[in-house]
Amino acid sequence: MWSGCQSANSGRQESNSARSTLLPSVNEQSQKTQKTPNFDSELSLEGLDDLPPLSPLQPVSEEEAVQIIAAPPLPPVSFTLRDYVDHSETLQNLVLLGLDLSKIEKQPDAANLLLRLDFEKDIKQILLFLKDLGIEDNQLGTFLTKNYAIFSEDLENLKTRVAYLQSKNFSKADIAQMVRKAPFLLSFSVERLDNRLGFFQKELQLTVKKTRDLVVRLPRLLTGSLEPVKENMKIFNTRLFKVKERHLFLTYLGRAQYDPAKPNYISLDKLVSMPDEIFCEEIAKASVRDFEKFLKTL
Amino acid sequence: MGPGGLARLHGLFAAYKPPGLKWKHLRDTVELQLLKGLNAGKPPAPEQRVRFLLGPVEGSEEKELTLTAASVPTLTDHPLDSMVRNPRVQPAPALGSVRLHPWNEVTTWPRPILGAASFIEERDPVCFFPVCGPTFTSLKVGVGHRLDAQASGVLVLGVGRGRRLLTDMYNAHLTKDYTVRGLLGKATDDFCEDGRLVEKTTYDHVTREKLDRILALIQGSHQKALVMYSSLDLQTQEAYEMAVRGLIRPTDKSPMLITGIRCLHFAPPEFLLEVQCMHETQKQLRRLVHEIGLELKTTALCSQVRRTRDGFFTLDDALLRTQWDLHSIQDAIQAAAPRVAAELEKSLRPEPGTQQLPGLGRPWDSKGPSSGLGLESCAGH
Repeated sequence: MWSGCQSANSGRQESNSARSTLLPSVNEQSQKTQKTPNFDSELSLEGLDDLPPLSPLQPVSEEEAVQIIAAPPLPPVSFTLRDYVDHSETLQNLVLLGLDLSKIEKQPDAANLLLRLDFEKDIKQILLFLKDLGIEDNQLGTFLTKNYAIFSEDLENLKTRVAYLQSKNFSKADIAQMVRKAPFLLSFSVERLDNRLGFFQKELQLTVKKTRDLVVRLPRLLTGSLEPVKENMKIFNTRLFKVKERHLFLTYLGRAQYDPAKPNYISLDKLVSMPDEIFCEEIAKASVRDFEKFLKTL
Repeated sequence: MGPGGLARLHGLFAAYKPPGLKWKHLRDTVELQLLKGLNAGKPPAPEQRVRFLLGPVEGSEEKELTLTAASVPTLTDHPLDSMVRNPRVQPAPALGSVRLHPWNEVTTWPRPILGAASFIEERDPVCFFPVCGPTFTSLKVGVGHRLDAQASGVLVLGVGRGRRLLTDMYNAHLTKDYTVRGLLGKATDDFCEDGRLVEKTTYDHVTREKLDRILALIQGSHQKALVMYSSLDLQTQEAYEMAVRGLIRPTDKSPMLITGIRCLHFAPPEFLLEVQCMHETQKQLRRLVHEIGLELKTTALCSQVRRTRDGFFTLDDALLRTQWDLHSIQDAIQAAAPRVAAELEKSLRPEPGTQQLPGLGRPWDSKGPSSGLGLESCAGH
């Protein structure tokens, strides 16, 4: 057993040095669990005891064999966090919180980021901050699975952003709801949030209160891409009933095709900008009377 | 437009209320559109009035100030556009040094609004009255039997003197037709599709025959209730005649009464019912769908309630949103007027039974058992 241990230890030591520097915390921990082998002391002890060195080919009794702890060594490089989860307290705590590591590890550099974090120093503070914001324990998991990068944010920055939102008269509950629905919200700088809010207020010509309501209900407007919004600005400024009626009519006729890749595509701009007669004739290829009859079936 | 347009605007008409719109908003929109139409059109020429203006007499060399009579356009009804379009029309002739300010009519001259001309062209045919405001500021528009926000269909509105006819329509206890769409397999707390889901069930066992049977039961029980609320003694000949003709009407307030219900279309999980009823609310109709589901030993909710007829106003008479303007409404009122008058007169007439059988007296006294049998079978319904 002794030589077996020694060879295992030496094996580990070699792999330790060969391992890439990407996984420092696991290195530390795996080293903590091992006894640091010291060949010199073993050799001197050996000399004192006058025992020949055990060779790996020496047969070992069953009891001794069972007592050998020969776990497979930690791989230096891996494509999955499964290999490291049992050895990393950080990862274990994250899993217990509800993070889905299988999803996170698919992102490039995400796993490395997580493994470098220290639970006490970085993660705990952010978690307390999020709880303070109003995110429940059972919601933390889904939130962090999306925005694990929040752990690398500066706590002061996060607090400044929340203070900014509060200064715009968003209530605590509102902010909690927004952050829950759009996990990346707090990763945006104050300037960017301000620009986005201003953009929606100006383009859609909303009052301050209406912008607030809109953003609380659909916070992903702030975090998502603005391209589709800018392209379809006309639709957002049209009355809802008009869009709905025309869309339902096209659906009834089987002509509701809004995908540019497919044939018979109808642009959203054309859907709303034309007066009724032209819409019926050219887009819907029906008469205005048919449209009126259809409207009376709604 | 002036007073002429208003004269043709007394009466009843029907609008098609789309789903999602509150009936009050519809009424307000109609009122706004009517006012817009009425206030449009050429304003009358500004009136003139005689004023005595102090000023040097023209053509004389005296410096004395004398009063001269002059006809000056008043400003009380002064519309802005005539001033903008004819800038040479001055409010008062320039008399030189002294000009009495007509301060008992208006304290400030109306200032031309910069860019007003182009604004007016864009917003034609509205014109602005900077002194007195528009001629028509409010119209009395009433609503007949209401429809809740999620329901759609024929909504009767009354303008001006037509509102009195609304009360007459209410008292006539006319029936209304609805198409009600139901969905099997789910139950929600408010019987609508967007309510909180309470239960989900299977519905494979539901057949058209079962549904028809349930509907017949419902119609039968409501027929009994109808007779009860009409406070008619079905033993009388007049009552029997009326029942045969389907003219029984409740005398006063009553819960929802269904005079007819049938299934138009059955394609599980969807089914379409046609309901003829009175004194209903749309919520009660949705509850009815829910109860039909329970009777079928499954669950159902209501996905659409649409009124196709209210009294004598049908879908064809109903005006769509694009037609809620002065001219279309005036035409609709004129078109509906004779029918309204005829129907209301017919329904508010005294009971036909008492007058049409004057000579027969009490027929069952003379007829004996045969009429008795007939009455019994009728009463047994």
